[in-house]
Amino acid sequence: MAAARAVQEMRTRVVLGEFGVRNVHTTDFPGNYSGYDDAWDQDRFEKNFRVDVVHLDENSLEFDMVGIDAAIANAFRRILLAEVPTMAVEKVLVYNNTSIVQDEILAHRLGLIPIHADPRLFEYRNQGDEEGTEIDTLQFRLQVRCTRNPHAAKDSSDPNELYVNHKVYTRHMTWVPLGNQADLFPEGTIRPVHDDILIAQLRPGQEIDLLMHCVKGIGKDHAKFSPVATASYRLLPDITLLEPVEGEAAEELSRCFSPGVIEVQEVQGKKVARVANPRLDTFSREVFRNEKLKKLVRLARSLSSQQGCCHQTC
Amino acid sequence: MEEDQELERKISGLKTSMAEGERKTALEMVQAAGTDRHCVTFVLHEEDHTLGNSLRYMIMKNPEVEFCGYTTTHPSESKINLRIQTRGALPAVEPFQRGLNELMNVCQHVLDKFEASIKEYKDQKASRNESTF
Repeated sequence: MAAARAVQEMRTRVVLGEFGVRNVHTTDFPGNYSGYDDAWDQDRFEKNFRVDVVHLDENSLEFDMVGIDAAIANAFRRILLAEVPTMAVEKVLVYNNTSIVQDEILAHRLGLIPIHADPRLFEYRNQGDEEGTEIDTLQFRLQVRCTRNPHAAKDSSDPNELYVNHKVYTRHMTWVPLGNQADLFPEGTIRPVHDDILIAQLRPGQEIDLLMHCVKGIGKDHAKFSPVATASYRLLPDITLLEPVEGEAAEELSRCFSPGVIEVQEVQGKKVARVANPRLDTFSREVFRNEKLKKLVRLARSLSSQQGCCHQTC
Repeated sequence: MEEDQELERKISGLKTSMAEGERKTALEMVQAAGTDRHCVTFVLHEEDHTLGNSLRYMIMKNPEVEFCGYTTTHPSESKINLRIQTRGALPAVEPFQRGLNELMNVCQHVLDKFEASIKEYKDQKASRNESTF
């Protein structure tokens, strides 16, 4: 029976040993283990697969996928980063830029500004098409001139008081509808995602006057088109106590892991350690530095359970 | 993978046309002379680990496949070589097609389950917000 348990561990767990990590690769292919039917079975996959959303808000999403292999989860992560399209500023037509920021630096910064527009409603621009039509382009205008504030105090040195419009933010960008875009998109829906991104700083007499064209693109082409700040996944942690841990050792054990992973409970007058929430652990492997405790715990990750996390701009 | 002496390059499979008169290959099949169709190297253009690793996993899950591996030829070139060797006389194209179809089914199922899960989470949150009033 120990052999069966060992095989089961080999198939389903990545084990973090003191000096190395074991069972990293997926081995459950047909023919590797006798007695196991590892051929692909869509029905079995559908029965075992589930998605649990852990956290969802405007800026981030965290969910668990159970019953899927790391190869496919990684493909999803790569696609999120590189192949999901968004709209971003591609061409900047500079009419007047007397600021300290060079044209190309300014254009680069403008390209990185996230734009609140659903890319599914637009088409890719055809290669070689310079002008752009209403179906593939969004236009924004940025026109800011900095002047001296006539009402500032004589001896003030605070730029906020001395100058007017000395900081150019994304809220100074105005949308210029093309063609029938004004009918399709209600007022206020096409805008930069955040209105408080500082683009450039000016001093009196300096002006920025430019027109921006946004097109649809993917992250593979340029990172500005990537819809996520980052997307990541990890195999869910699985911590098991090989023997009951009691008393002072229990307290020591709970300090070896991230807070909340190990819970020390009072059972019949004795303090007993229990694995409360292995999800929270970040695997610092501090427990391996303790001679007594390292034999009592098995640190592992579940090969068929992934926790995906994506942080987005919108 | 490229230790074969004589190569018989056959351009078959899909061709995507980019613009009028310009055709770009998406897929090639390379077979060493002297072998029959059960060991083949497929060259997939404009692809990388995203498709390569997941497709390799799906094809390996097929019991008829004796060997399946993929490699990126060079980081500057965006193409992968995917080699399939089958048991017996099964033509290698068959597990290749089957792997692609199964991968599509997996992704479709994951999408359906994910959307259902998101909707359920949002509904739960909405009803919890209402119940606090």
